Amino acid sequence: MTDTTARPSDAIPPAETPEMELFHSHGFWTSYVFCQDAKVIAIQYAGTAIAIGLVALVMSWVIRLQLAFPGAFAFIDAQVYYQSVTMHGMIMVVYMLTAIFLGGFGNYLIPLMVGARDMVFPFVNMLSYWIYLLATLVLAASYFVPGGPTGAGWTLYPPQAILSGTPGHEYGIILMLVSLVLFIVGFTMGGLNYVVTVLQARTRGMTLMRMPLTVWGILAAAVMALLAFPGLFVAGVMLLLDRTLGTSFFMPAIVEFGEHKAYSGGSPILFQHLFWFFGHPEVYIVALPAFGVVSDLISVHARKNIFGYRMMVWAIVAIGVLSMVVWGHHMYVSGMDPLFGFFFAVTTLAIAVPTALKVYNWSLTLWRADIHFTTAMLFALGFLVTFVNGGITGLYLGNVIVDVPLSATLFVVAHFHMVMGVAPVLVIFGAIYHWFPKMTGRLMDETLGKIHFWITFLGAYAVFFPMHYLGVLGMPRRFYEMGQTTFVPDSANTLNIFITVVAIVVGFAQAIFFYNLFKSLKSGRPSGGNPWRAASLEWQTPETPPGHGNWGPELPVVYRWAYAYSVPGAKEDYLPQNAPPIEGEHSP
Amino acid sequence: MSVMGLFFILIFSVALSWLWRQGVMQSPWLEEGEVAALRGRASAPPPSAAKVGLVVFLAVAGCLFSLMTAAYFMRQASPDWQAPPMPGVLWLNTIALMASSVTIQTAARAASSGARDRLRTQLAASGLLSLAFLVGQLWAWRELVEAGAYVSGNPASSFFYLLTATHGLHLVGGLAALARVAAKAWEDERPAPALAGSVELCAIYWHFLLFVWLLLFIVFSGKADAFGVICRRVLS
Repeated sequence: MTDTTARPSDAIPPAETPEMELFHSHGFWTSYVFCQDAKVIAIQYAGTAIAIGLVALVMSWVIRLQLAFPGAFAFIDAQVYYQSVTMHGMIMVVYMLTAIFLGGFGNYLIPLMVGARDMVFPFVNMLSYWIYLLATLVLAASYFVPGGPTGAGWTLYPPQAILSGTPGHEYGIILMLVSLVLFIVGFTMGGLNYVVTVLQARTRGMTLMRMPLTVWGILAAAVMALLAFPGLFVAGVMLLLDRTLGTSFFMPAIVEFGEHKAYSGGSPILFQHLFWFFGHPEVYIVALPAFGVVSDLISVHARKNIFGYRMMVWAIVAIGVLSMVVWGHHMYVSGMDPLFGFFFAVTTLAIAVPTALKVYNWSLTLWRADIHFTTAMLFALGFLVTFVNGGITGLYLGNVIVDVPLSATLFVVAHFHMVMGVAPVLVIFGAIYHWFPKMTGRLMDETLGKIHFWITFLGAYAVFFPMHYLGVLGMPRRFYEMGQTTFVPDSANTLNIFITVVAIVVGFAQAIFFYNLFKSLKSGRPSGGNPWRAASLEWQTPETPPGHGNWGPELPVVYRWAYAYSVPGAKEDYLPQNAPPIEGEHSP
Repeated sequence: MSVMGLFFILIFSVALSWLWRQGVMQSPWLEEGEVAALRGRASAPPPSAAKVGLVVFLAVAGCLFSLMTAAYFMRQASPDWQAPPMPGVLWLNTIALMASSVTIQTAARAASSGARDRLRTQLAASGLLSLAFLVGQLWAWRELVEAGAYVSGNPASSFFYLLTATHGLHLVGGLAALARVAAKAWEDERPAPALAGSVELCAIYWHFLLFVWLLLFIVFSGKADAFGVICRRVLS
């Protein structure tokens, strides 16, 4: 089922995209630092995101050390513990995952995959990165102010977030909110670019329904992020005003150490609505690009077209729309009207339909396919398993009556780490192994890659799988110390020690990946332009790595979708998107 | 959050109908001849990237104002709420902003018809009227302060400061863009029709900000309280 027609001229529409004026760099500074080329910005984004992500990884060790060996480490007091929990969550979700999928892969792949020379607003794109970097630095700066970073939890719920007793209530919370506001401003600039480039800069013949699913996933995620981040922006600005100017948007009348604060009448629930209005779509802002990338990885490395392409697109759109109306399921325990709980439970469970559809289509793509177990493919398959796993525990938590007892336990931690921690990170690794040859012209080492995969994949399961059991036991999350809790048996502590040891081993094992990355960069096997024999447009550039302007003098013309693998009658087992139609290709 | 819901229905219906027209639901391999997704697209020139970018940005800004209004209505339920103060100067400001919306529209028409002098005077008028609006808003803040309604006082006045500041900052951003366009309009070698696109973008932005201001004005004046009650009943 290829998206082509009988006559070649029918398959290509008249050119809609005028040639764009390109920014030309002069010298080192404008080529590598203040560069407006989307490919350089992509690598800057990804590098920053990975660097700050490693900081957050170290924080997760702090959390784990305290949970396994309470009180054994003098430097982990309650304050450090809560600060680590907060910063780990916030950095991983916003500054790492969002930035690397949209800023990193979005910037690199969108122009190449739709056949554009660059993003439509290159200057704004550059500005977006520098504001993101500033936001990251402001966040990191909170470690160097009196009181340290905020320890309010990544949800920053008022009133506790800005009252004394919460670590970092002096300056840490202010820097956190300022950093988030900056991030959103920077992201909006990038997001406008991603959306408008997909809408406006597609090359001749690249109809919407011929775009690779990666582009669909990133497009949907960018639209959702543009609509959802204002929720965090409004919440952040209003909380900042409560903290600095003494307004009472969220702060109720409250007594602190016997002293009446000047606040009155504010609604903490209002904050929760605004926060989760952003917070839930955020899960899918991370997941949708991952869905798209995985579809492409599976199709390329299984040498088969993606099963049910149109349904995959509809599922992406449906998930995008539905995920904007499910935020209330994070608030089941906030005392909301049971009727709303019912509404949000229904919408939450309804998301399982398009999501399951995607999982079936991935499985059916693999069915009787010519599967090549490359490192990228292994990571894609690892994602599939992990995502299903995390998704199924989501069905438990989506029901109000099951969520209420489990909400404050490690079960929730296990669920969201599986579904939006491990699963997207596996996709990031897979995508790097897959597109590294396009970025550098060299292949990464497959043996090291496979070792990296198995340690990461099995290790992640060893860390997060037992947490489900701890959660069902009733082991609470967020607690610094369990104290005299009779319902937590000693064996739970043994399990906690096991988890911590594995977490530290898996963390250090990522050194294999970085060693492989830098070694391959210098001395990897040359890959040629299209080492995976992939059909999508980014592999058909005249140069590898793609030069400035991507396409040489002429923009490519696209004749078919990105999944023309094993086409009957074709010489090779794939047909590039820009190869002219072959005899008899029209037949469905 | 019901306000946000209404805004969403609008955005999603636009997006979904656009996807429909782009042929997302079609089965091209079953069709003969021209690919259906391409039918009828060559007739009208596609909108410029800048225009699409502006429309997407307006959707983001619309989200921001919808969420703030939603927060306004939800916070309104609490017993310490008092009706926000309404300085009389707001009426003058509203008239100034309406007038600037009219002049900028005239400027857009002057640009496309090549009337350079009219373009210049109308652009200058729009800039001055918008500045008058901003000064008027600051004046309104002063009146509030004199009446003892501070940012940290009654929640209604907190919202008044927050919403007018957000709206004002958007207008300041618009003025920066308008200044760039005006600088080009005063270059003699540049023909007026070359600016038609940029002036039109400014005009769209101005109409949007006027629309937002009119809605905010209605909300502040308490005429929308009944709507707020309905919203709270739907979801709070």
